[in-house]
Amino acid sequence: MENQKQHQAAYMRRSLLDQGYLDEQFIHLEELQDDANPNFVEEVVKLFYTDSARFIRNIELALENGPCDFARLDNLMYQFKGSSSSIGATRVKRQCSQFQEYCNAKNIEGCKNTFQGVKQEYATLKTKLEAYFQVSLSLIRYIGNYSKD
Amino acid sequence: MNIGTVPSSTGSWKSGDVVSDQFPVGLRVLVVDDDPTCLRILEKMLRNCHYEVTKCNRAEIALSLLRENKNGFDIVISDVHMPDMDGFKLLEHIGLEMDLPVIMMSADDSKDVVMKGVTHGAYDYLIKPVRIEALKNIWQHVVRKKKHEWKDNNFDQSGSVEEGDRQQKPSEDADYSSSANEGNWKNSKKRKEEEEDAEDRDDQSTLKKPRVVWSVELHQQFVQAVHQLGIDKAVPKKILELMNVSGLTRENVASHLQKYRLYLRRLSGVSQHQNGLNNSFMGRPDPTFGTISSLNGLDLQAIAAAGQIPAQSLATLQAAALGRSATKSAIAMPLVDQRNLFSFENSKLIFPEGQQLNNSNKQIDLLHGIPTTMEPKQLANLHQPSQTFVGMNMQVNSTTQHNNSLLRRMSQSQPRAQMLNGANNGSQVSRLPLSMQQSLSSEGIPGAVLAQSGIVDNARGSVYNPVSQGSSMVDFSVNQSKELQSYNFSLGSNSSGMSSLTNRGMLQQEVNSDIKGSRGFPSNYDIFNELHQPKSQNWGLQNVGSTYDASHHPSIQGTQGVSSQLLLQRGISSTHNSGQNRNAPIGKPMYSNGEETGHSNPMGGQQLNSVGGNMLAVKAERFPDADYQNTIFPEQFGQDDLMSAFLKQQGSVGPVETEFGFDGYTLDNLPV
Repeated sequence: MENQKQHQAAYMRRSLLDQGYLDEQFIHLEELQDDANPNFVEEVVKLFYTDSARFIRNIELALENGPCDFARLDNLMYQFKGSSSSIGATRVKRQCSQFQEYCNAKNIEGCKNTFQGVKQEYATLKTKLEAYFQVSLSLIRYIGNYSKD
Repeated sequence: MNIGTVPSSTGSWKSGDVVSDQFPVGLRVLVVDDDPTCLRILEKMLRNCHYEVTKCNRAEIALSLLRENKNGFDIVISDVHMPDMDGFKLLEHIGLEMDLPVIMMSADDSKDVVMKGVTHGAYDYLIKPVRIEALKNIWQHVVRKKKHEWKDNNFDQSGSVEEGDRQQKPSEDADYSSSANEGNWKNSKKRKEEEEDAEDRDDQSTLKKPRVVWSVELHQQFVQAVHQLGIDKAVPKKILELMNVSGLTRENVASHLQKYRLYLRRLSGVSQHQNGLNNSFMGRPDPTFGTISSLNGLDLQAIAAAGQIPAQSLATLQAAALGRSATKSAIAMPLVDQRNLFSFENSKLIFPEGQQLNNSNKQIDLLHGIPTTMEPKQLANLHQPSQTFVGMNMQVNSTTQHNNSLLRRMSQSQPRAQMLNGANNGSQVSRLPLSMQQSLSSEGIPGAVLAQSGIVDNARGSVYNPVSQGSSMVDFSVNQSKELQSYNFSLGSNSSGMSSLTNRGMLQQEVNSDIKGSRGFPSNYDIFNELHQPKSQNWGLQNVGSTYDASHHPSIQGTQGVSSQLLLQRGISSTHNSGQNRNAPIGKPMYSNGEETGHSNPMGGQQLNSVGGNMLAVKAERFPDADYQNTIFPEQFGQDDLMSAFLKQQGSVGPVETEFGFDGYTLDNLPV
């Protein structure tokens, strides 16, 4: 059972990396995890979700309301990008960079389109991570006899 | 030597050389980042490194945490982009107030930002996402800093070293943080502060080395010795011998020399900032203002700042200066406060700045090689140091290409320099020349420059003397004045122009900006730029100032900024004063130039004292002021610095002050 879960977790992780959803940074986070902080990665990812929701909301508002403040948009996206890179969300990060380029070019349409891409990648990542955690955390729980809350 | 007990946690070690066995375990880290995700990750990583971590997501909170627990942290890691406060600003604050090593982080790895981190004194710059490997070694910065400070404090006996300073350190720190100067010194101050803090904390240390306080006189002696030996051949041992100061160790001299060199290098090397800085610095192109009195006020302050001039004298001087313009007095006052900062900081500041100066050698050479356009009697007026400076100025003209233009100017403005010298402590003079040169293309203020450097002593209390003496100068200045005026004006008017001058090497770029008066140094600006080109020419002050000041001089209002810059180098305080003086009185273009230059020069070289004064001297009208201002600065930088500063400033006499930025400690730091 344990082996199976381990293999599954490993497989999922590998797949996420290969498909570019996550990068080495995510692995580093997992390495930081220890017995004292068995849910560390999940905790961090949850923080990321909270941050992201906030950023996405703000950017959405900024895009909708009146004349576009590209500087502000760029700034928001810069922060979002930083947050994404801290957990290794490569694809999301790439979309953020794209968005920033459109900001620099003051291309509102480009921004809006790219923003859709950002949201999409974010949603996909979230789904995949949740599936991943299902396996890896249960594995941890299983191994460490921890109860996950 | 045993450090003595290490307070509290095992991870923390205070003074110098003893490190806990468990070090770096328990290293107390404060991490600041507004991104919760990043913050959590960093915290975990740092914990994994066995550090004691405190996290906070607001810069203000971080600062209050640090203030409440002055010795509660060993190192700070901060993000660059934060909503409530710019990371660099936080960096400055910490450097000034707590003198802790700060590591910056950012996802932005563009060269500009990284450079900004460097110039603001960050101990390291990490690119996000940060890896644990990068964090594992941050303890080295703590060790390095402590070692550095400990070494600086290394002083065998009291001797010439001012013990008092050390003891005052703690209080000084307090003053320091409160003063505006904070910003500029940061680096140097940080180190010094830390040194002192370490010293203070570590009373049990068996080998408590009082910090050597490089007073104006001491620095002048140092500069003289260096000149005598020739900058290339000036080795600490020989310098020590020449100086013949009891209680001074070779190490003291060595570290001072290093700083001085950097300062000179910076003066010559800093050209980029000039324009921006000078303008802001000069800010007050008030041609009418050009009265020396204004300078005097400033100078006085600068001098006072340098710590050389007691408040009373300063007041007196100011009063005298004020005779010309009422505004000065106002300015003078604020500067006085700076004094403390400067005197202490000067040594500290100057040197750090000096580091940047790579042209120190050149500058010195320049000075020596400067054809003496200055009249002998003028030179005579100058104190010894100033003479050196004068000589330097002269040389500058002849030797350096860059400086040539400056020198030419300088030589032309010899009389001015004289005045400056008299007024300034000589150090100021040096500043002047630069600024003068810059501003006075034709003026040839070499004299002024010289005056500055040499005047260090003069400046002190007799800021006005030069003025009177500088009759020749005055004449010159009269002639020049119009040139200077124009220059000054340009410098002053642009304030930025001044700043540019100062920036060049001087201090604070910010100062220039502060100089709000925007003296309109357009011409200076160019000059400075030109001047800066040579780099070597940069009296270091300029460079120093410029780089430094830029960030710090918000407080400097206009020309003052310039001075402040110079001061910064010196010890910010002086700059502040001078800067201040400058601003107010600087209204006159001339003034600004002189001041600026003066400042810058003095800053670099000797106490800023003369800076203020020197500057004035240059300007004929300004003389009194210039000198004054110059004097303030010169202390720190010594003549060489002044020279360079001056040379740099050649373009703008007025702005010279800003140029002072000798150390590059922009006046901005002056307490706002």
